[in-house]
Amino acid sequence: MAETTVSYDEARAEHPGGAVGDYIALLKPRVMSLVIFTALTGLLAAPGPLHPFMAIVALLAIAVGAGASGALNMWWDADIDARMERTQSRPIPQGRVTPEEAATFGLVLSIGSVITLGVIVDWLAAALLALTIAFYVVVYTMWLKRWTPQNIVIGGAAGAFPPMIGWAATTGTVSIDSVLLFLIIFLWTPPHFWALALVRSDDYSRVGVPMLPVVAGAAETRRQILLYSVLLVGVSLAPLWTGLGGVAYGVAAVALGAGFLALACRLWAAGDAPHGARRARQLFGYSILYLFLLFAVILGEHAIQRIVG
Amino acid sequence: MCEPKGNGLAQSDEKERKRRQRGRSIAIALVLGALVVLFYAATIVRLGGNVAKRAM
Repeated sequence: MAETTVSYDEARAEHPGGAVGDYIALLKPRVMSLVIFTALTGLLAAPGPLHPFMAIVALLAIAVGAGASGALNMWWDADIDARMERTQSRPIPQGRVTPEEAATFGLVLSIGSVITLGVIVDWLAAALLALTIAFYVVVYTMWLKRWTPQNIVIGGAAGAFPPMIGWAATTGTVSIDSVLLFLIIFLWTPPHFWALALVRSDDYSRVGVPMLPVVAGAAETRRQILLYSVLLVGVSLAPLWTGLGGVAYGVAAVALGAGFLALACRLWAAGDAPHGARRARQLFGYSILYLFLLFAVILGEHAIQRIVG
Repeated sequence: MCEPKGNGLAQSDEKERKRRQRGRSIAIALVLGALVVLFYAATIVRLGGNVAKRAM
């Protein structure tokens, strides 16, 4: 039987390999920027001294670790990314980077970021970073995402760890305050993603990802969004009791939380009316602003405290 | 008349492949250089003034 063999050089010639920009895209830079911001909040809000150089190394390692998990997520999900409107322009579906290259890239950066954080800054922070990467790639991407509508509820923990890692980088510990920062992002994730899923449910349905609107319907999703919004706003007030948040945080948490609840209520009340999709988009956009401002106030309060002494 | 056009295309593919490879090589070199600087600086920061204070 005749066998066709292709030499390594010929194979390489057919696949020119990705440009540097494609590898940067594998790191999901937009997600990375939110991770850096929340990790910075954890770093500065934690009590105790922190050398600026160590803070920069910690942020860099956390950012690279988060990016690496994004690359591993794109490697595993390349088949569904190719069929979803939102993700089909990513480097692997476009054929600019092979899945094997993305997997190697993600693994090397994962290991490198954890070791760097451990050796230079703190091993508890490094262990939490390793847990975050493993949770996002193995628990969320490989296990939950295609199996249960609770995928983003449990998987959301991965996105909630960065402030806790930042806190551990400063103090070498996990405390009730760092758990509160974790909980705020953890409870914010379901309303944020389900608002998007309500608008993109066709995309998810086509590729067989059991997002809540696909499995339980839009009405149940709106009800769950409202439920998690109430929990989120309740937990967002807890830093006032522990002292993590000051007066400015209290004002921001109440005002922003009221806005969040109002939009969640309006979405729930909209039912299947044509303006329901607009309400979902509004809540999705507002949820990003909400988390950013809430963490910005914590960051600002603690940065001022550190400067004033 | 088609052949030269085909060769031209292959040449431009090869040129693009080399351009990307060069970009990746430079990026890897920069990252490795940055890591050397990072670990050197971390060593200095961690040592701090302790070297000067050590018992003789």
